[in-house]
Amino acid sequence: MKVQVVVFACLLTGFVYSVREPLVQASSQVAGQQAGQPAPPAGPGPGGAQRLAAYPDRPKAPQEVLDRGKAVYGVSCSFCHGSDAGGGESGPNLLRSGVVLEDQNGELVSPIVHGARASLGMPRIDISDAQIVDVVAWLHSLKVVSRTGPPEVPINIVTGDSKVGEATFGKLCGSCHSVTGDLKGFAGMYKDPRAMQQAWMLPGGPGGRFPGEAAGPSLHVKPTSVTVTLADGKKAEGNLERIDDFYVSLRDNTGGLKSFSRNGDIPKVEIHDTLAPHRQMFMKISDKEIHDITAYLVTTK
Amino acid sequence: MNGMTRFTAVALLGLSAQLALSQNLDPAKILEPHPDSWPTYSGDYSGQRYSKLDQINQGNIKGLSLAWSTKVTAGTRPGGGGGIGQPSGPAAIVGGVGTSEFGGTANVRGALIQVDGVIYATTPDNAWALDAHDGHEIWHFYWKTKGGTHIGNRGVGMWHDRVYMETPDDYLICLDAKTGKEIWHKEIANFNLQYFSTMSPIVVGNHLLVGTGDDLDEPGYLQSLDPETGEMQWRYYTVPMKKGDPGLETWANLDAASHGGGNVWVPGSYDPETHLYIFGSANPTAAYTSAKRGPGDNLYTCAMIAVNVDTGKMAWYYQTSPHDTHDFDSAQTPILVDAMFNGKMRKMAMTMARNGYFFVVDRLTGEHLVTSKISASANWAAPELNKIGQPVRVPAKDFDVAGALVSPANQGTANWMPPAFDPETGLFYVQTTDSFAMYYLATLDPRGAMGLGGKDELSLGTMGTYLTAIDYKTGKIAWNHRYPGVGNSRLPDGILATAGKLLFAADAAGNLVAYDPANGKPLWHSRIGASNAPETYMIDGHQYLLVAGGDTIYAFVMN
Repeated sequence: MKVQVVVFACLLTGFVYSVREPLVQASSQVAGQQAGQPAPPAGPGPGGAQRLAAYPDRPKAPQEVLDRGKAVYGVSCSFCHGSDAGGGESGPNLLRSGVVLEDQNGELVSPIVHGARASLGMPRIDISDAQIVDVVAWLHSLKVVSRTGPPEVPINIVTGDSKVGEATFGKLCGSCHSVTGDLKGFAGMYKDPRAMQQAWMLPGGPGGRFPGEAAGPSLHVKPTSVTVTLADGKKAEGNLERIDDFYVSLRDNTGGLKSFSRNGDIPKVEIHDTLAPHRQMFMKISDKEIHDITAYLVTTK
Repeated sequence: MNGMTRFTAVALLGLSAQLALSQNLDPAKILEPHPDSWPTYSGDYSGQRYSKLDQINQGNIKGLSLAWSTKVTAGTRPGGGGGIGQPSGPAAIVGGVGTSEFGGTANVRGALIQVDGVIYATTPDNAWALDAHDGHEIWHFYWKTKGGTHIGNRGVGMWHDRVYMETPDDYLICLDAKTGKEIWHKEIANFNLQYFSTMSPIVVGNHLLVGTGDDLDEPGYLQSLDPETGEMQWRYYTVPMKKGDPGLETWANLDAASHGGGNVWVPGSYDPETHLYIFGSANPTAAYTSAKRGPGDNLYTCAMIAVNVDTGKMAWYYQTSPHDTHDFDSAQTPILVDAMFNGKMRKMAMTMARNGYFFVVDRLTGEHLVTSKISASANWAAPELNKIGQPVRVPAKDFDVAGALVSPANQGTANWMPPAFDPETGLFYVQTTDSFAMYYLATLDPRGAMGLGGKDELSLGTMGTYLTAIDYKTGKIAWNHRYPGVGNSRLPDGILATAGKLLFAADAAGNLVAYDPANGKPLWHSRIGASNAPETYMIDGHQYLLVAGGDTIYAFVMN
């Protein structure tokens, strides 16, 4: 959901989306989507796209300073605080540390390294002020963001039991689908099993991982259709365009738009949601069943 | 003094008294607000969003029509306020500590404060004053920013002749209500710690209550400032910050607690009798990978909290999501109701939480009265509640390497969008949605991630989105109105109830709709792309219905 909010926010503002630190970003505070709104004018105005960071990076110190700082950190700090400064068995996470975030040039970190918090368990470390400045410069070169990027080592999501999955597939999916029929070649269309899993759960949903990443191949899913029966018994049928309590529209088989005002039950509107059985499945299916089906489908590649 | 002079003096006195009263809000007036005005975030302190005005009512609603609309332009772009066919508004008064201009199209989502015939509207970095009679722009203030998450602004607070606005780069700005000129600004949170501030400041007597947001692992707090000077009166942290603080035993250690989140980003409600300000706190952090927080409840995150406004001390709390692992902030505005419960009058606080459950507590003590599962699809908690009515998390539904199917999705069954309560029907009204998403663990680091990291959430749409009416006595759904269509993912904006036997709310398609509060039957609509919770006020004998639709503010009137 969050990912969708980001993408939409970017459409609204015309700002170039920066994956790491967008100015408009999905947040713990939900902005809410804007579907159904009149389309806003595009772009931020003259000058076109611009990139603004919500929390700008600090100016980077020269590489030799960063190299020295990283080396000193590795020798004197990483044992407790972790090699990436993200915290260890005994030392807290320094990336989110208020002291480090507030520090400009070692002035707040230095007293602590020299023993100001010895009584709280942070031992005095025998390094010089110049070395502390280097270490702080390196710490300040690290990204501090409240979201994670793609993992360095891809995570294998195929943990289910393919044998059991075959039976589960037969039980839950077999009345409509078959891996030798409509789903022939389905799993082979996806490099990423996770995108495949999302696609079989709700075809047409977001299969990609991060904004900008391909959502996977598009599947032929019969669009939601609608039958509108007027008071005089005449019917209009086609693919559902829009509907609310006061209006319904469809595209008929000529591609033409037909729209109707709605007033309660008049005209009668029947929606045919191809994916309704999938949605209903979410109310009952267990995570194990999902994982087993995915493990099975992977074997049909 | 001859008669004539005395007459002139009296007339002048009368005139100056009248002038002195323009664009001025005595904080005592918020205690019993005149229905002509909308002087604070929820219209009054109860959070009910119920107006006693009934000129617009079920009998004549079909005749409701547009009085005016005004388009506002964010930033310093020329033509501020002038839509096509509208005269340009005044040039923006520019302030700010930063140098960046966050442009883009204005999208008004917060409260519109209306006092003495003037409306105050906001978007991140922008505040406008509009004439409530015809919508013309009186002034526009624009704040150049250092950055911060520009996700929204929930409106101004007003105290005497001043209005106050929070900014994404963590300042509280005090503006002259008449001119829009800055009087002062104060830093209310540390930008370097990635705080960002959106809350509508709440005025209680000589207290200005402000909160902030943060998506890293910084502690949440509510502050009270002196409205005159901006000096801090007290600060209440929602998480333990030092040894000996209550709740510390519910965290792995002090480092985890003091990086534990629980931000305060939506206005609360206020009980004048007990001096308790009752608000909701946000999710604990790290939000998803919670191992480093320890196995405890992580107090006082995801809770309804009552704080004495005079002292800043907590009187009681009720946690709606112990040890939350889904970023289900419980920040939404609680509604305060005095009504019958189990045969006797009770003073209650009620809230519809993002996690899918509705809660009623005694607002004097925090004693639990009702919990009810509103979302049929919610599956993150066990079927049985615990002894004090709290949902019990199912750890397998936190996330999974191979994906956990979770309902609701992160947006929640409900969210900050303001609910309403109608004392006539005794029903609590709220927008809800039954959504699903797959939660994938996105890091194999045993330490977990910071902030909102560590999981990927991929949407599986919704089963349905509803206008939902809840009977507070039982927590049961009295009726719900499903927005037609398939997989609506938009959680529509907040609700207004009125004595005209009407509910006003946006639907999932952006229509502003008037409903019958007894059964949810739609009675009137206008497709304006409504983007905030509707409000109402009265001017010169006419009741207006006020609502924003993106960058345009609309006032409807009964002609």
